[in-house]
Amino acid sequence: MSHIEAQEAGEGVGADVPDREPAKSMRRQMLAEFWYYFSENKGAVVGLVVFIAIVLIALAAPLIAPHSPVLQNRNALLIPPFWQEGGSTAYLLGTDAVGRDILSRLIFGAQYSLFIGVVVVVIAVTVGIAVGLIAGYVGGWVDTVIMRVMDIILAFPSLLLALVLVAVLGPGLVNAMIAISLVLQPHFVRLTRASVMAEKNREYVTAARVVGASPLRLMVVTILPNCLGPLIVQATLSFSNAILDAAALGFLGMGAQPPTPEWGTMLAEAREFILRAWWVVTFPGLAILVTVLAINLVGDGLRDALDPKMKRS
Amino acid sequence: MNAIVTAKDLSQIYEVKRGVFAKPLELKAVKEASFTVQEGETLAIVGESGCGKSTLARILTMIESPSEGELVIDGVTIAASGAGSDAKRLRSIVQIVFQNPYGALNPRQKVGAILEEPLKINTKLSAGERRKKAEAMLAEVGLRPEHYGRYPHMFSGGQRQRIAIARALMLEPKILVLDEPVSALDVSIQAQILNLLADLQERLNLTYIFISHDLSVVKHVANRVMVMYLGRPVEIAPKDVLYAEPKHPYTRALLSATPATRPEDRGERIRLTGELPSPFNPPPGCSFNPRCPYANDRCRSERPLLKRHGASDVACFAVDEGRLPGLEKDAA
Repeated sequence: MSHIEAQEAGEGVGADVPDREPAKSMRRQMLAEFWYYFSENKGAVVGLVVFIAIVLIALAAPLIAPHSPVLQNRNALLIPPFWQEGGSTAYLLGTDAVGRDILSRLIFGAQYSLFIGVVVVVIAVTVGIAVGLIAGYVGGWVDTVIMRVMDIILAFPSLLLALVLVAVLGPGLVNAMIAISLVLQPHFVRLTRASVMAEKNREYVTAARVVGASPLRLMVVTILPNCLGPLIVQATLSFSNAILDAAALGFLGMGAQPPTPEWGTMLAEAREFILRAWWVVTFPGLAILVTVLAINLVGDGLRDALDPKMKRS
Repeated sequence: MNAIVTAKDLSQIYEVKRGVFAKPLELKAVKEASFTVQEGETLAIVGESGCGKSTLARILTMIESPSEGELVIDGVTIAASGAGSDAKRLRSIVQIVFQNPYGALNPRQKVGAILEEPLKINTKLSAGERRKKAEAMLAEVGLRPEHYGRYPHMFSGGQRQRIAIARALMLEPKILVLDEPVSALDVSIQAQILNLLADLQERLNLTYIFISHDLSVVKHVANRVMVMYLGRPVEIAPKDVLYAEPKHPYTRALLSATPATRPEDRGERIRLTGELPSPFNPPPGCSFNPRCPYANDRCRSERPLLKRHGASDVACFAVDEGRLPGLEKDAA
């Protein structure tokens, strides 16, 4: 008891408020801290540089591509890359079986791959977060039904399910993107649901409920911003998955249709020349490899930088 | 003074599922609690973990509606079925401050947004008016206006508790439920927060329902004390009476367990034997009987009700029958 009385004499309400830095510099500080942890991971920095380069190439494709991606040159069929015998500097990475410049096709293909990645991730994230929020917040039988449906989707090999969906919807880039989003979205549902369930019983949520926040406001304004960390990482990793799956569908003839310069479709068209003209197959494959690797490295770095448990104080 | 809260036979029953085929178990977290709170007073609710203190707080703030019984707050009756349309009005009458200042503030919201949220939801004030009110409230709880734009993680525990108190006061409530508001804080900070609460009570004419397990804090702040055991109030008494002359055997054991700084203040320690009974399977009769040194056959079969003895209300047959030793002891 005496401890409280002893305190009474020498305290003024609010005397313990130290002066702290204003908010703006705080945000910059948080950004600096984020960059500090992100740049610890050298692979992630390399990945980020490569990824930015790919984005720039895709944006500037019409300016930097030496040829049209669909223009066929009958005089230049299956020309090897310039450093090989018979190659020409007009076609730096050679030409394919109908005389189209491979370098130009790869440059325009970057547009498609990034477009696929962005659209698929946006669809999968939006739907996944909405469904996951409802499952986690409402709970009960709604949760059970949603999660069993997600389990069924997850139980299929993802590419096989996408293939079936495209076969049903009809081949084409748009349908391929829809199919891939559907295949990727259960991961977001699961992640969102898990974080929502952890957050919804925290006291700040109860406090918001006591002042009368509606369920929708609780879900979207109060809970969701606190669940975003793992979702950002998962979105990055899904980006590369989407590119890879789209390429696979393209290769199987179910994705982008010729003459679209999509990397997977290019691989499919070049299949029969594997032994005669290695460059037709190798360069699209390399492009996919480098892009996916770069994005995965960035995703790893993000995970390290955003996970509070990895931080040292 | 008139009663601002009247609770009659409040019960809260949870069903605990045990798998698909087993019958769900009933857990009575609060059982037939009846009490009143006077306007402007501080009623402290004490008891050990699991005695239903926090459930009672959740009922009073309408986070949950009681499964049985009746609750009248400021003239509005809350039936067991749910609050209905009166909930909105009552929201601006009862607010709550939580125990853990680290969990009670949304880490992604700035202090300003936290304080303005109640106004945003419940009033039609413009952004400028809201901001003015929030800044006035910051000053009221001893924070500075420049704290408006900061995030909760930039504050210490005591400061966060001030913010939580400020948020609870934004709707100008009459009743504040304080669910262990200082037990997560340093002792030095505890005193500051308790004094702040006392100041605010005086200035804003607030009624406090102060939930705690720290009897020395309760002695400092309460007007009346309600002791709970296994979901039931066992003794309700004015603070001075309760501390000078505890009647219920459980209250006596609880008070004897409070540490005292001066050796001469230390009384004889009453040691209870046995465990707190499982709330799934409460003992018949008085729920305290397995641990009570004065229990007889009547205590094991009948349940005592709160009865008035002097200034206290006690639920104990031993007190009723006058067989409890040392009741008339002077407060030396």
